[in-house]
Amino acid sequence: MHEPDLKTQLGKLELHSPVLAASGPLGSSLEYAELIDPGQFGAIIVKGISLEPWPGNPPPRLAETAAGMLNAIGLQNPGLKYFLKHELPRLRGFKTKIIVNIIGRTVEEYAETAAALDQQPGIDAVELNISCPNLNAGGMAFGADLQLTEKTVSAVRQRTSLPLLVKLTPNVTDIVSIARAAEEAGADIVSLINTLGGMAIDIEKKKPVLGNIFGGLSGPAIMPVALKMVWQVSEALNIPVLGMGGITSAADAVQFILAGARAVAVGSGIFHNPDLAGEITSGLKEYMARNNFSTMSELEGLARRGGV
Amino acid sequence: MIAPDFCKITFAAPAIAQKAEPGQFCMIYMPSDRGFMLPRPLSIFSADRTEGKLSFFYKKVGRGTKYLSQTEPGSYLKLLGPLGNSFPPAESGALMVAGGMGLAPLAFLISSSTVPLTLIHAAKTAEELVSPLAEVPTAEVNIVAVTEDGSEGRRGSALDIACEYLPGTKTLYACGPTAMLQSLAQVCRSRGIQAWLSLEEKMACGIGACRGCSVQTNSGYSRVCHDGPVFSAGEVYPDA
Repeated sequence: MHEPDLKTQLGKLELHSPVLAASGPLGSSLEYAELIDPGQFGAIIVKGISLEPWPGNPPPRLAETAAGMLNAIGLQNPGLKYFLKHELPRLRGFKTKIIVNIIGRTVEEYAETAAALDQQPGIDAVELNISCPNLNAGGMAFGADLQLTEKTVSAVRQRTSLPLLVKLTPNVTDIVSIARAAEEAGADIVSLINTLGGMAIDIEKKKPVLGNIFGGLSGPAIMPVALKMVWQVSEALNIPVLGMGGITSAADAVQFILAGARAVAVGSGIFHNPDLAGEITSGLKEYMARNNFSTMSELEGLARRGGV
Repeated sequence: MIAPDFCKITFAAPAIAQKAEPGQFCMIYMPSDRGFMLPRPLSIFSADRTEGKLSFFYKKVGRGTKYLSQTEPGSYLKLLGPLGNSFPPAESGALMVAGGMGLAPLAFLISSSTVPLTLIHAAKTAEELVSPLAEVPTAEVNIVAVTEDGSEGRRGSALDIACEYLPGTKTLYACGPTAMLQSLAQVCRSRGIQAWLSLEEKMACGIGACRGCSVQTNSGYSRVCHDGPVFSAGEVYPDA
């Protein structure tokens, strides 16, 4: 039997592998490129870039929790100008697609950042992170509100010709209606899920562990939540879903594809195992061969369609 | 185990031992079947280049260090390192201030030095004042033991006793609790003493990518794993 084909068509993006690097843990990915081969990812999603640099949150910013971790980095990033001048030129040498995650505190900031990334050689797509607190709406996350989601996605859609991913927050009452709003406003792909809101308390100091008090929970602890949302959203939408949330093995990745994800992304699992993407790739091939699948599309949503 | 809750773990890691400099650290990866998420950053205590051995001295404080203390000889654990920057070489007469487990990176610096040094080793109680320095070769070191309750050595804080030694000290090296480092930074800055502080933070990537271990410096947030862990007292704790 010939080797299973991992090629994946994610919207207009032709990927050599369905395993992507999620936005955040790897930063720009330039540091990790000295440790692991960036080419093992179908695409790398660069950590959130804003119009101006963001300093991030006061430390401590990390805490390990049961089968997971909390982070409150606060979207620290060097800003658009620095990214274009110092990081993007180096990313162009990577043998993978580059997707840039964008963040903002007003709809205009998002739109301007998207516009500045359009027409930049070496950027294959933009991922809109609508989990940021909105300055004009009292700090509520854009992605927690239907109208704000629609408005932000539309504004960015009008300013970019690149494939547009919209990364959704799970901290909502109805993920399907938010995902539909994103699709209707022009999203080509939805990425889900971002981290779940959480916190931890140091019982000796009698204080929150994180400097920011609240943080985002990631890791295996959130995978069942993510899987359910991927299942629900992929059933309701006509655009592909990029699934993520707690993936630490090939078996986890397969679950997401069977639930309906077109592709998957790994994030904090890389902290635990820097070789994770490579291990998922070989595990995925092994799974496909063992189950007589030759292409990824045969697996997509199979569990939702009643299995085999 | 060296004393209750104080342990040393030694790895056969010739490539890391060959390159390791005092002040650097390694990320120790935890097994995947026990709910661990993050690797544990530990300062290198000693690196034997000839034997290719690398040792870490740590206190059992949480799940990760408890797991490490239970690993059987011959176990296989993944290591990433050596990471971060290192201490500048110690000059003759330099003062080392170790608060508790802060001794680990300073012990590596001391054992790599060939000049006379003074070490203030402070802890809360005699039980906490554990030193594996006898296990590594050291030059001429004047060790001053300090406990907060006076149960061993001098009674007082690391800062109190360090201040007695500051006149005549040109360079100070310190590692220990944040409060101790902050007060030492302030005192050294005001007296024009060059101080090198090794900072500790929770880490996720260990290589400068994730910004999880950031600390405030004169130039904004810096990464302890990549811009440190050794910082000059002139650049960290700007508000101390």
